[in-house]
Amino acid sequence: MKAFSQLFTNIDQTTSTNEKIDALVTYLDTADEQDAIWCVALLSGRRPKRTIKTSELWEWSGELSGLPSWLLAESYHIVGDLAETISLVIPPSNDERDHPLHEIINALIALKDSDEQQRKAYITDMWQHFGRQELFVFNKLITGGFRMGVSDKIVIKALAKHYKVDENIIAHRLTGNWEAHNNTLPKLLAAGDSGDDISKPYPFYLAYPLETPPQELGSVGDWIIERKYDGIRGQIIVRNQQLFVWSRGEDLLTEKFIEFEGLINILPNGTVIDGEILPVKDGKFLPFHVMQTRIGRKNVTKKALQEAPLVMVCYDIIEHNGTDIRHLSMQERRTVLEGLLTTLKEQHPELPLQLSPLVQCTTWDEVAEERARSREYVCEGLMLKRKSSEYKTGRRRGDWWKWKVDPLSIDGVLLYAQRGHGRRANLYTDFTFAVWDGDELVPFAKAYSGLRDKELLEVDAWIKKNTIDKFGPVRSVTPTLVFELGFEGISPSPRHKSGIALRFPRILRWRQDKGVKEANTKADLIELLNAYRE
Amino acid sequence: MLTFDKCGIYCAQAGIYIDPWKPVDKAIITHAHSDHARWGMKAYVAHRLAVPVMRLRLGADINVQSVEYGEVLNINGVKISLHPAGHIWGSAQVRLEYKGEIWVVSGDYKLQADGITTPFEHVKCHSFITESTFGLPVYKFPTSEEVYADINAWWQKNRDEGKNSVILAYALGKAQRVHAHLNTTIGDIYLHGAVDNINKIYEENIGALPIAKRIDASVNRKDIKGAMIIAPPSAADTPWLRSMQPYKLGICSGWMQLRGTRRRRGADRGFVLSDHADWEQLNTAVRETGAQNVYVTHGYKSIYSRWLETNYGLNATEVDTLYTGEALDDTTDSETAENKPDESI
Ligand SMILES: [Zn+2]
Ligand SMILES: [Zn+2]
Repeated sequence: MKAFSQLFTNIDQTTSTNEKIDALVTYLDTADEQDAIWCVALLSGRRPKRTIKTSELWEWSGELSGLPSWLLAESYHIVGDLAETISLVIPPSNDERDHPLHEIINALIALKDSDEQQRKAYITDMWQHFGRQELFVFNKLITGGFRMGVSDKIVIKALAKHYKVDENIIAHRLTGNWEAHNNTLPKLLAAGDSGDDISKPYPFYLAYPLETPPQELGSVGDWIIERKYDGIRGQIIVRNQQLFVWSRGEDLLTEKFIEFEGLINILPNGTVIDGEILPVKDGKFLPFHVMQTRIGRKNVTKKALQEAPLVMVCYDIIEHNGTDIRHLSMQERRTVLEGLLTTLKEQHPELPLQLSPLVQCTTWDEVAEERARSREYVCEGLMLKRKSSEYKTGRRRGDWWKWKVDPLSIDGVLLYAQRGHGRRANLYTDFTFAVWDGDELVPFAKAYSGLRDKELLEVDAWIKKNTIDKFGPVRSVTPTLVFELGFEGISPSPRHKSGIALRFPRILRWRQDKGVKEANTKADLIELLNAYRE
Repeated sequence: MLTFDKCGIYCAQAGIYIDPWKPVDKAIITHAHSDHARWGMKAYVAHRLAVPVMRLRLGADINVQSVEYGEVLNINGVKISLHPAGHIWGSAQVRLEYKGEIWVVSGDYKLQADGITTPFEHVKCHSFITESTFGLPVYKFPTSEEVYADINAWWQKNRDEGKNSVILAYALGKAQRVHAHLNTTIGDIYLHGAVDNINKIYEENIGALPIAKRIDASVNRKDIKGAMIIAPPSAADTPWLRSMQPYKLGICSGWMQLRGTRRRRGADRGFVLSDHADWEQLNTAVRETGAQNVYVTHGYKSIYSRWLETNYGLNATEVDTLYTGEALDDTTDSETAENKPDESI
């Protein structure tokens, strides 16, 4: 555990990718093999099932620290992380012990069959025998959400370096379902193709946002240009007469997407198609939220199936006739994909697969015009893919770019403010905004990021002087300040007083030029909603 | 005896303010950080070691009376004296006594020994005014020695990798604290102009610091190799800082205790080094005064007041002030005077 905590510290203390890779390689060089595979499992988001409740952690840490629960709650509000808060309030140990990582994880897993008394005894005993850093890592093991600033790319590179195996192979082996328990890295990585789990998707190739003028990308003719759909990125896999549908978050969603069931008998075995899963009605794409409600539910209802049948807009094929074709060029893969889908469509007119149409342009100016029309297509912008590009792993610069349209925006009035976290704990940085509904202001969005530090301070000082009322950490202020908010999408929401919900709202700028009466109205929001829905 | 008004903390009997934030006739200054020592007072009273810094920052012509720790001023029946606050060199708590009633205004303070500052003195009183910058139980600072050792080890490692080490620390107080404890066998030390200005005053009035060069036009940047460079937080994200490439960036602040803050800052290393009191220090300081009435200023005011009331049964009151505590950003730097052009490199 000390070695793993040290790895955590080393990774946490650097922003350099190379140093993170080196730290991981150093760890792998000396780690016990069961610890090593757990380390990789944790870093790639595979954590053991949680066996301790948050309420239990609060109670036990309150007892050990002697602090009242309100003070722990305030501390948590400011730290923003339960595992860290607890590691900071537990009295320092003067009797530190070390245990192997896998032993601790196995012990935590075993706690699921024990009673509260046993759970408490184990956890509080460990708490009293760890250094500060191990304490934090241990709490993270309990609460999950182990991210520690390591991308899959870093894990893959470190494993490639340590085992001297090609990165693409490692990436493929690490994808999909595998267990760390009773397993080792050499076993996992050495599995031959025949022994592979047939459900395994390929790691997704992700595009970087385009930040430079597209002219710098060279000739338009070198690029495949498509619309960027606002759905769920996924892979449809048919192997050995079985169908698997994976989302980009590496969730197996086959059950949720019953529209694709029939593909088992249609797609040839050994096919993997990459595309965007979207709801469609009468030949038109519907906004994202229509599908979102359905994914959240356990069972797909008949009603949902009728209201929002799904299709996949296909833009790539990465396995064909059982062969990994990621090394072919985009242009070649596209030809394969077009050939396959055209044939299938002739035989099965109701096929829930559509070819992603190409946006035909000869100049970058034309491309820009097409981008500006994105919302007409219920799209977020354009995708630019170099015709000669291979299908790579993870997010990479150079060959695939996403060129999104500017966000939607609306002017809202600042109504409530709440303290921020960490170094901003003394500042009011979390805001609630409202629009006019007749003479009344109705809250419609919360946002906290977007202001420059100098503006934050100014707004903070203003809030402290213009507070009407305080309730808990929240202050209500005299409605005066107007801010322009940007967001990525808008949907109806009966839960909110305003009747709408925004996707990814953030502050674009402080409209010091606008008076409070000049802010937008609820009617404006509804208009945006309708425009966006069409 | 003391009241809080729109100008600051006021003693009507003596006709004097403590650390006022608006121009007044007479002001006692606890220490020379710019959120406590402000411009525009007709007359100042401050500790001897704070005076030269105030002259540098507020103007050579300010009217200021210099006093020693423990020296008693009698103003209209009020006995006023300064006592070590341990915050930075020349920092003081202000004790006021009138007809047997005693108040202590602590300004900013810490109990932890830092190796260069006169240690905090516990002063008994009836009413105590305390800051609460780190008034949460999650703030438990390591000892200065541990942090100094970490800084030197970090410098050595960077030097081995052919890189400079840049430490961002307040020019007044923290910069001297770090500088005084550097291991000079590792390499050369360079200073940002704003730090060097304050160091000169330190050396004239207190004692020598390890040999260091001011970075000015005469310094060839190519000669700065594997060196330690001390700069104020306002140097972050400036072309000046970028000219120190290749370098690793370290930030010294109590806020570095929290992982989220460390990560958001994008520094290579965060050192938990503060001139303010952590949770235990605050509690010790409050208890040792024996005060029944505690006024809580800048920081986690409401949380800390509630703790004092519910845990120690004290009368705790939140007070709004314009003090900023320990800030991490340029814009909230309580030493904004450093940004004045005449003091830049
Ligand atoms: Zn200060
Ligand atoms: Zn202060």
